[in-house]
Amino acid sequence: MPRGLGALAVLGAAFLVLPPAALVWRAPWGSTLHRLADPATLEALRLSLVSASSATALSLVLGVPLAWFLARSAARRVRLLRALVTVPLVLPPVVGGVALLLLLGRRGLLGQYLDAWFGVQIPFTTLAVVLAEAFVAMPFLVVSVEGALRGLDRRFEDAAATLGAGAWYTARRVVLPAVAPGLAAGTALCFARALGEFGATITFAGSLPGTTRTMPLAIYLALQSDPAAAITLSLVLLVASVVVLVALRERWVPELRP
Amino acid sequence: MRRVRTRAAALVAVLVVGALAGCGASTTPHTEVTVLAAASLTDVFGSLAHTFEADHPGTTVRLSFAGSSSLVAQALAGAPADVLATADTATMQRAVDADAVRNPAIFADNSVEIAVPPGNPAHVTGLADLADPTRTVALCAPQVPCGAAARATFAAAGLTAAPDTLEQDVRAVLTKVELGEVDAGIVYRTDVAAAGDRVQGIRVPADVAATNDYPIAVLTHAAHPDLAAAFLALVRSSTGAAVLRSAGFGTP
Repeated sequence: MPRGLGALAVLGAAFLVLPPAALVWRAPWGSTLHRLADPATLEALRLSLVSASSATALSLVLGVPLAWFLARSAARRVRLLRALVTVPLVLPPVVGGVALLLLLGRRGLLGQYLDAWFGVQIPFTTLAVVLAEAFVAMPFLVVSVEGALRGLDRRFEDAAATLGAGAWYTARRVVLPAVAPGLAAGTALCFARALGEFGATITFAGSLPGTTRTMPLAIYLALQSDPAAAITLSLVLLVASVVVLVALRERWVPELRP
Repeated sequence: MRRVRTRAAALVAVLVVGALAGCGASTTPHTEVTVLAAASLTDVFGSLAHTFEADHPGTTVRLSFAGSSSLVAQALAGAPADVLATADTATMQRAVDADAVRNPAIFADNSVEIAVPPGNPAHVTGLADLADPTRTVALCAPQVPCGAAARATFAAAGLTAAPDTLEQDVRAVLTKVELGEVDAGIVYRTDVAAAGDRVQGIRVPADVAATNDYPIAVLTHAAHPDLAAAFLALVRSSTGAAVLRSAGFGTP
């Protein structure tokens, strides 16, 4: 490796490692435990975990079949579809939130009928949080699972079929175990992304304690009046993210293990 | 060949560093005065900035609008800015206490009003409707001035608000009203005026409507204190007062 690149590599590592380190360094450790027991913090944490888990479950139910379809279609025929379903990956989340409002809001393309026919209003509910999180997080799962499925040798499925296994049995006993690492990595990424979602949530779901104010929203608001509380909350999210990453490395993705 | 490559690498490095450091540091000799202002001042300060730039050739006014609490947090964190204008005195006091500004001056006042979507689909008639849980209501979070004002207004009226969302700044509340996503929101009367026919205003009785005083000050770490003082003088001049009043503000 050329010498100049080494220096840039060090700079790159420092750039990614130092900000979280500063967060840990500046954390008001003395009051952290006391703040963690604060009902408002626990409420935001509980809401964040529940909504991120629900968004991940929703992404699994809808995203794995979508990934499967993309992986089993001729690449050029689904190029446009694949581009479209990964748009939320590159879309600024606030734009995603506006888009969700325009579709599912009270005056939205679909939302107006949900309201008029069923009296259902999605914005400002916990369901809106789940939908906003799933909208930005599901593409991570789809991309990851599709990659794993494309890498899978189809002869395994053919062999299972030759031996008399039905399509569902093959899916359950042959395909899913083979793509498990990709599926797990995608799930973990999806969960982490959902946990950190801010822009789409605040735009589409608003911010009300206990209903829609997740950890990132609580952090942003706390920063305006009580920076120490914001640092504590940030620390909680940092720990949650690291736990996800470590679980992913240790349990399911052997090739990531040092 | 080797030298050429080294030079090319050096050129790339210079370009990269220049691009990173260069946001704002342009080579043409002109100065920038940066103003941190409450979201409710968006239109007025936008217009006054044009006047100021016309009066001071070679000077650009950079405006940064946000909730007042965010602005104070930015100022305390050392954001490179010259002027701070907040939507209430309590928030400005935090900057005074931290020595980020000295001697703020009141230049305007504002009071709260109910905003509803055009046509008032939920038939909101007054504050009591915003205490009705069956209606969808947006308020500012109590941590920001418009939320503090809303809270004081409901307290004065002896009501408990039933919000469905507590937004980060007043423009976010206004947006949710404009989109028709909420039946009503509490904003400033200037926001109702600025939104034109995209929202309708419903007056809150003067004896309960909370009024905010807007203070403005030069930051102690201002890079251009003279220009900052000149901008402050413009805001407090008769020209500034005329623009403020036409937007619905009261002036001292």
